[in-house]
Amino acid sequence: MPPAVDALIANRESATQHRWRNLPGLSFFPPLTLLLLLGPVLAGLFGTLLPAFGYLPALGSNEPSLLPWRQLFTAPGLCYSVWLSFSTGLLATAVSLAVVIGFCAGWHGTRLFARLQRLLSPLLAVPHVTVAFGLAFLLTPSGWIMRLLSPWATDFARPPDLITIQDPYGLSLVLSLVVKEIPFLLLMTLAALNQVDAARIRTVARTLGYGPITAWLKAVLPSVYPQLRLPIFAVLAYSASVVDVALVMGPTTPPPLAVQLLRWFNDPDLNLRFVASAGALLQLLLVAGVISLWCALEQLVKWLGLGWIRRGRRAQQDRGFRYSAAVLLLSCSALTIIGLIGMGVWSLADFWRYPDALPASFSLSNWQRHSEDLIQPIWNTVATALSAALIALVLTLGCLEHEAHFGRRPSNRALWLLYLPLLVPQVAFLFGAQILLVVTDMDGLWLALLWSHLVFVLPYVFLSLSDPYRAWDERYGRTALCLGASPLRVWLTIKLPMLFRPILIALAVGFAVSVGQYLPTLFAGGGRFPTLTTEAVALSTGGDRRVIGVYALLQMLAPFVMFSLALLLPSWLFRHRRGLQVSQ
Amino acid sequence: MLKLLPALALLLVTSVATAAESWEAIVAKAKGQTVYWNAWAGDEKINAYIDWAGDQVLARYGVTVEHVKVTDTAEAVSRVVAEKAAGRNSGGSVDLIWINGENFAAMKREGLLFGPWVEQLPNFSLVDTIGKPTTLIDFTVPVEGLEAPWGMAQIVFMYDSAQVPEPPLSIGALASWAKANPGRFTYPQPPNFLGSTFLKQALIELTDDPKKLQKPVANDAEFTAVTAPLWPYLDELNPVLWRSGKVFPQNGPAQRRLLGDGEIDIAISFSPPEASSAIANNELPDTVRTFVLEGGTIGNTNFVAIPYNANAKEGAMVLANFLLSPTAQVRKQDPTYWGGLTVLDLSKLSVEDLARFEALDLGIATLSPSELGKTLLEPHPSWMERIEAEWQRRYATGS
Amino acid sequence: MSALELCHISLKLGQNSLIDSLSLTVPAGEITAVMGESGSGKSTLLAYLCGTLAPAFQADGRVLVGTRDVTELPPEQRQIGILFQDDLLFPHLSVGDNLAFALKATVRDRAERRQCVEQALDDAGLSGFAKRDPATLSGGQRARVSVMRTLLSEPQVLLLDEPFSKLDASNRRQFRQFVFDHARERRLPTLMVTHDPKDAVAAGGPVVDLALILHQRSAETLENVSQ
Repeated sequence: MPPAVDALIANRESATQHRWRNLPGLSFFPPLTLLLLLGPVLAGLFGTLLPAFGYLPALGSNEPSLLPWRQLFTAPGLCYSVWLSFSTGLLATAVSLAVVIGFCAGWHGTRLFARLQRLLSPLLAVPHVTVAFGLAFLLTPSGWIMRLLSPWATDFARPPDLITIQDPYGLSLVLSLVVKEIPFLLLMTLAALNQVDAARIRTVARTLGYGPITAWLKAVLPSVYPQLRLPIFAVLAYSASVVDVALVMGPTTPPPLAVQLLRWFNDPDLNLRFVASAGALLQLLLVAGVISLWCALEQLVKWLGLGWIRRGRRAQQDRGFRYSAAVLLLSCSALTIIGLIGMGVWSLADFWRYPDALPASFSLSNWQRHSEDLIQPIWNTVATALSAALIALVLTLGCLEHEAHFGRRPSNRALWLLYLPLLVPQVAFLFGAQILLVVTDMDGLWLALLWSHLVFVLPYVFLSLSDPYRAWDERYGRTALCLGASPLRVWLTIKLPMLFRPILIALAVGFAVSVGQYLPTLFAGGGRFPTLTTEAVALSTGGDRRVIGVYALLQMLAPFVMFSLALLLPSWLFRHRRGLQVSQ
Repeated sequence: MLKLLPALALLLVTSVATAAESWEAIVAKAKGQTVYWNAWAGDEKINAYIDWAGDQVLARYGVTVEHVKVTDTAEAVSRVVAEKAAGRNSGGSVDLIWINGENFAAMKREGLLFGPWVEQLPNFSLVDTIGKPTTLIDFTVPVEGLEAPWGMAQIVFMYDSAQVPEPPLSIGALASWAKANPGRFTYPQPPNFLGSTFLKQALIELTDDPKKLQKPVANDAEFTAVTAPLWPYLDELNPVLWRSGKVFPQNGPAQRRLLGDGEIDIAISFSPPEASSAIANNELPDTVRTFVLEGGTIGNTNFVAIPYNANAKEGAMVLANFLLSPTAQVRKQDPTYWGGLTVLDLSKLSVEDLARFEALDLGIATLSPSELGKTLLEPHPSWMERIEAEWQRRYATGS
Repeated sequence: MSALELCHISLKLGQNSLIDSLSLTVPAGEITAVMGESGSGKSTLLAYLCGTLAPAFQADGRVLVGTRDVTELPPEQRQIGILFQDDLLFPHLSVGDNLAFALKATVRDRAERRQCVEQALDDAGLSGFAKRDPATLSGGQRARVSVMRTLLSEPQVLLLDEPFSKLDASNRRQFRQFVFDHARERRLPTLMVTHDPKDAVAAGGPVVDLALILHQRSAETLENVSQ
């Protein structure tokens, strides 16, 4: 149906028969949501664009010029920085996707799969940088693994001078991104699998003689992959422009582009602002380039894959593949979890020297010493995360309900723009956005902080809630309407309670995303709202692992509590309602 | 330049006298204000000290202090730039910045600072402007009352005496030691100030004419000539550094952690009592000691400055004045709380205050003021900027 | 009770005509069966009648309940009850609460409301089930609760959207009788959509074949054109 006809019908309908089906104010939600998100992002990009071409009156530069670009391209090490960002982004995404697909292909529907799913879901809530801290301590030559093995097994009485983390090729950065993106992509794949009849499609393929993995790759994956594209693009964009993880795990001579940009932004030589702005645009192009290359690779894989499918090979002996996928996934999870345990041990350590496997003595003194300093960051973290998640939830519910009433009309289709903040690198618009905030006198206000978090929280809340919301059986609503209940009553007493569990999970997802925000908190909050994450990253420059351990543990704990609530509360409320229990 | 200093100090002292009446007015105006103090927050001891100072100022003057924790002072500079870009010339979000060196030079050059105001502080008269000329000349840039000193810093080297029986006492000896012990020395990656200072320290010792460093770089030819001995030195040093010079710690504390983990044996510090303080805090083994180079090491002063558009200028001045008080300075020098060197002239203090300073136990790894030896002056920031750029080109381009 | 009257109803999806000028009267107490293959627009017709048609459709015509024109009314004001092939009991509410949801708010007294619910359960042969979780009931029991829920909302018209197709043979006959008895007892004009001829026979009323009507109309149009 051509869009014009579609719109015509929709207009006529809304003018006559369906006018009354509107909940009050519903039509405001999609435009309001887009405005709240995109306005500042676009304005921020604009604010970055001007200085990139030499315009920043505060520094006495009113003449457009290409000088920033010339300076950028002659900056030492730029090519290598760009190459690093490009390659780590691409490699991290490809590896984590390969592990996830390999594991799903080999193990979907097994007990191991269900168990790992339960194990990995909580890891999703742990901020990236916390995982990076844990991993860094695990892998460094004086780290936990070496401490456990030395000197009895390795003969290293002193830490060896080996490059294990922060290697010049960015491989350790790739590793720390991979271990964190695996749970994300796994859960996204799972959500997509629930929407296709994966188990039966695979059974059909197996009865045609295909080995389990081949059956999955040839019959299930092609229908699942399109739904994975957005999450994959988000992973690409994130990995190619990450700052906080790169500060902990990335190479330094030179660092990836995004870190270099932050250095320029923060350099006392204020003229470097112009170079930094030009670099921020380069970062934007870089992310666009990585995503384009990925799309090209998709076509290649599709072409090769079709040929592979047409040749009809059954590949019944795939045990080796199956076990290696499981081993890879398990080792990544183990690294993450042991790393986090390591941070927990540090938070209780008094004194822990190489090569002792454990601290010489334990105490709560790190916690006691910091208990007072912790109150403010905890409060800021929780208040901001909860408010941002709640606002995002209200907007998401409004948009989704609007869509449920009016179908996917153009204003709704524009909602894919919601995902823009996941695809645009943060550094590309945060400096411009900072100027915007100052112009509107909003910088350093809690409201500005809240907004900046909302920009990143909303897409994830929307992503998390939209599938269950769209999958809700509309006939319940029709039945209730025909029983004489008003649309508002149906929404409040039937639809929301039935969707209570996914709603709470979306809230917890939003909460966790907010807890992990570093750059936006720094830029929009004017530094006046220390959160657990900003404190942890600030302290990471201070180097005392015992204190970092305390903050890292709290960073983990905050989202854990929310997720536990999101899982336990509906289970308790609906403990007498078998129809709403999670089916295992 | 140095001859001018006493005269300048005299000038300042006289202006303090004329401003004495208005100080009362400033204190009155400050009451009830909230000062957003942007200060580097990488050390929990320093954070605790800042908290303490805030409590004191609140109790004494009714001024609330909020510590805005920054990982790099330039973040605060950045914020002021953004505010100026947006035309917010009053009511700014930064009231006080912990600052010195190139950040100060940049803000002064761009007209982003309020002042002069420092001579109005009653406690400024206690500052040892003659014995510590860096309180008036920050990295060769005249302070001109735009920033108030609050602490002294001097390069020292921390070393593990269990691994290094005889520490190398010159830049040349350090290189020989590093060659004999590959992978056991490194420095924070420039443009981190500590790493850059190591480069400057090496340059002062290696170059033929260190006096040239006190003036801005005249031209490329001069830069090439003056820094000519530095690069062969670094070329030789780099392959025997920790991780063969392919990875560098990003800042001082990260480098200190490497010393604590036993990955390196010698680390640079800008704070003479840092080793004692870290030993007391279980961060370094108790075998760590401190040494300085025979030819002297670079010293400088930490300041606080007020941005031109600060919202609570009076409150910020009251805080800066308190930071200069003997009470605040003696606590700062106490290694239990911080261990930073005072900017005060002890001979100007009352008998009781002097006794408090003399009663301090500096800790096992801290050198006495006489052992610290000669203080070398910071080169002009233009040298630092160019050295950093050249270092970046040579050692951090990934090739 | 008064009759349900459909006047010249046309339903289109884009260029695709599903129903063209259908007129039909269902007298009180009579059960009219609408037959047709899947995709012929049966369920769309019911959605149109109860006012929940998706916005993508184009609709024309009038719907009258007695003399009351309900065409422009929202579903909750039409007093047209509907039963689907699934029971659609709200899973978060108990059996009793499901029934109470349908009860008019004008029944204020709490005891009276409980009384109504109990009475409905008695009628369905499910006395004492009020506190039960709907998920713990058998398919047949749930279907009966669903019917009683619709009837408690005091509809003036009953629409049945293949309500028996998911039940097994023995349950099916019994349940069909149960629904028809209640509909006739309340003298509800009832429109049933089905593709099972046995349902139509059991209903004992007129049978409308949508496919046939559409063919007839097309033939007439063709004739008109040729004339």
